[in-house]
Amino acid sequence: MSLFNSSIQGLPLSIILDILVYWLVIGFSGLIFIHNRKIVSQILFPLGASGGIVMIIITAASIAHSPSSAILSLGLPDLPFHIRLDALSAFFLFLLGISSTGICFFSSGYFSRDGNFSPGLVCLQFHLFLVSMAFVFLADDAYLFMIAWETMALSSYFLVVTDHKVPEIRKAGYIYLLMAHISATAVLLCFGVLQKAGPQGIGGSYTFEMMRHLNPDSFWATAAFLLALFGFGAKGGLLPVHVWLPEAHPAAPSPVSALMSGVMLKTAIYGLLRVTFDLLHLQIWWWGILVLTLGLVTAFFGVIFSAVQNDMKRLLAYSSIENIGIILSGVGLTITFQSYHMQTLAALALIATLYHCLNHACFKSLLFLSTGSVLHATEERNLGKLGGLIHRMPWVAFLALIGTLAIAGLPPLNGFVSEWLLLQTFLLTTGFPQPYLNMLIPVAAAGLVLVAAVAAYVMVKFYALIFLGQPREVRQHEAKDANYWERLGLSWLASCCVLLGLFPVEVIKLLNTVPGLLLGQATKKVASQANWLFLTPLSPDRASYSPMLFFGAAAIIILITFLGVRLVYHGRVRRSSPWDCGYPMQTSRMQETAESFGQPIRTIFSPFFRMHSELPSPSDLEPHYRNITEDRFWYLLYFPIGRFFHFLSNLFGRLQQGRIAIYLLYSFLTLILLLLLI
Amino acid sequence: MIPLSSQLLNLLAALFLLISFAMLAQRRILSLIHLYACQGLVLSLSALIVAYSTSQSHLYYSMFLNFALKVLIVPWILHRLIHRLNVQWDVETLINIPTIMLLGLALVIFAFNLSLPIVHLAGTINRSTLGIALASVLLSFLMMITRSKAVSQVIGFLALENSLIFAATSITYGMPMMVELGIALDVLVGIFILGVFFFHIRNQFDSLELKHMEKLKDN
Repeated sequence: MSLFNSSIQGLPLSIILDILVYWLVIGFSGLIFIHNRKIVSQILFPLGASGGIVMIIITAASIAHSPSSAILSLGLPDLPFHIRLDALSAFFLFLLGISSTGICFFSSGYFSRDGNFSPGLVCLQFHLFLVSMAFVFLADDAYLFMIAWETMALSSYFLVVTDHKVPEIRKAGYIYLLMAHISATAVLLCFGVLQKAGPQGIGGSYTFEMMRHLNPDSFWATAAFLLALFGFGAKGGLLPVHVWLPEAHPAAPSPVSALMSGVMLKTAIYGLLRVTFDLLHLQIWWWGILVLTLGLVTAFFGVIFSAVQNDMKRLLAYSSIENIGIILSGVGLTITFQSYHMQTLAALALIATLYHCLNHACFKSLLFLSTGSVLHATEERNLGKLGGLIHRMPWVAFLALIGTLAIAGLPPLNGFVSEWLLLQTFLLTTGFPQPYLNMLIPVAAAGLVLVAAVAAYVMVKFYALIFLGQPREVRQHEAKDANYWERLGLSWLASCCVLLGLFPVEVIKLLNTVPGLLLGQATKKVASQANWLFLTPLSPDRASYSPMLFFGAAAIIILITFLGVRLVYHGRVRRSSPWDCGYPMQTSRMQETAESFGQPIRTIFSPFFRMHSELPSPSDLEPHYRNITEDRFWYLLYFPIGRFFHFLSNLFGRLQQGRIAIYLLYSFLTLILLLLLI
Repeated sequence: MIPLSSQLLNLLAALFLLISFAMLAQRRILSLIHLYACQGLVLSLSALIVAYSTSQSHLYYSMFLNFALKVLIVPWILHRLIHRLNVQWDVETLINIPTIMLLGLALVIFAFNLSLPIVHLAGTINRSTLGIALASVLLSFLMMITRSKAVSQVIGFLALENSLIFAATSITYGMPMMVELGIALDVLVGIFILGVFFFHIRNQFDSLELKHMEKLKDN
């Protein structure tokens, strides 16, 4: 590592830095081939993926190592960058590696097609985005953290507005940039509080190392925690600062949405964990309850909104909000356990949370990428106009099915493992010193189950409307399947989903070092009684799960049924039209639509939506049906704030009279006032 | 420290203040320019006296500079300007001169009160003049606020600069030579630029009344 001229201990950290430099080189060589679509897509993006693979290997090997840190002689004079690789950052870099490898492969297929963008610039922003996220995970001082955080926001902003000729996309990008900066301000304030909040007011340096040694009292700790929750929550999509997410994700190109949803949202979780457990040494029980409640509300809100969406990428964006909610409820549970010194359970909750982060990074990226393929094949993102693509795009359909089943939480795939672990944690919560908590946590578990069930429903809607049934528009008969690079990317992520589902014990062994770092060295290893076959969270007589056995049994049953039908029953494949209830004429438009799938949810949870429907009268010869479902938060929170600021700026606008004498009077009065005061 | 020079300085300071008041109340633009030249003369004289009594040679240069610029060159440029703009006989409609004078009086009292604590600290020969200099600054400011014609506003601005130099001479025996040279050059350049602007403003609005410029405000 001659490039940095720094004191790096530990090989893994220097290799990771090498990968980051490598990514930067790839990104900037995109500028050389700025209009050469072929070189950018066929060479540069696959090279980026190779960096991702090395990242996975390095982080998986080094996650159990003791933390190693280094000082980079970059940055301002006397203010160098501190970086540190510990179990938490290694885990999140591992997640980044897994997700980015698949997405890079996919991108080389995706960006090889024609489009309204310059491929070299996309390549630069994409790799800058990767590097800045990696630096967020590596940063060991607030200064580098904020620089990486802002670079991440800006590079992803430019990726979101790749197709900047469309006004809606520009607007979505603006909302995203605004929320990103509100979030960054809160995070900056949080570091400011952390830095100054020593018991005797000592402080001064912004390194995390020093913040770890300050022990702020409960007031300042709470202030720092709440600022962190707001700042990181706004980045992650926590209610009520979630509004940028359903706007920005559909606007971005699909690989970018995948990266944002799969990895960037996790930087928020990383930041919250880093501040709460690493930088602060004291946790108060109600923090956990606050995060748990907010997380569950967010999850519930996200899932019912994703059920009523017609745009496939908006549906996935709301589903990301839901998953972030689930992850945050896990974080909340961890905080509560930790504050009561129930370390084994805290470790279990943390493991479940991290596991879900990893899973979400895999399946959400997979699904966003498959929407990218569908979008390219049909140029249509409205679910109501798709359908029947399983015949045209068998590869995408099969790989998306794996992602759909995983996100719906069906065994033996990965979504089930983390949700099951989280539910186990909820159900094991007895023995809190507060009786109310003991009663309320199982209610929260019920809420989580509700969310998981509706999420499965949403995923049925997603998959069925795109891939099953008959094509609703004629144009889709020409849809082509994904090209080879896209298939490679999708297969990578799909196989990650399967592997993470089939070998949970191995994954948890990998994760086990994180609780040791964050919750104290005394933490017992979670699932220590697990063997290669059975995943046992605490003890065999409470609950255990064996994905291999389940998978084997399911496979055998399917095989027996298949063979039974083939050999014993008539054994022929017969194609015929289904029973049409005696109705003489049927068109492909007479299928379930996106609206009809969402209708039960819309009716049951109608108070949560702001709905506006136009129903045609029966005698109308040209009937039009329209249903607009909006987010109440825009009307309850954002528009009033916007109006308030408009009012304020009008007030200030009155200062501008246009007369020079008045302006002179302002400075005159200011002068007099200052002279009086000083 | 010659008692006579101190007395003379105080006299000049009083004259300076008087001229400031006169400018505040003067309606004719031509007379305003003459008053400005008088103010410059008083300034140069005070610089001369300070230079003589403290025998600081650089104050002589400062005196010459001030005299040349503020008594001769700038008034001459302004004269030519108003001739070419054909506004030398213009009379401004000032609203309520007595009120403005009373306001000016209040400002002078304020300035004197303000300068009291500083005067106790200062050890220079003419410490009582600080209040007067400050009062003139505020009066020039007030003049800029109350005027509605561009030319008289510029004269107000020049008077403001005069008062600042006066304050500097009387408190700290003048600023460093470089600074004074710089300020002098600024004033000269500023006059040229403002002269050009006058023509532009008149071309655009057919008048030098500043109220026409209210149209420039964006809504």
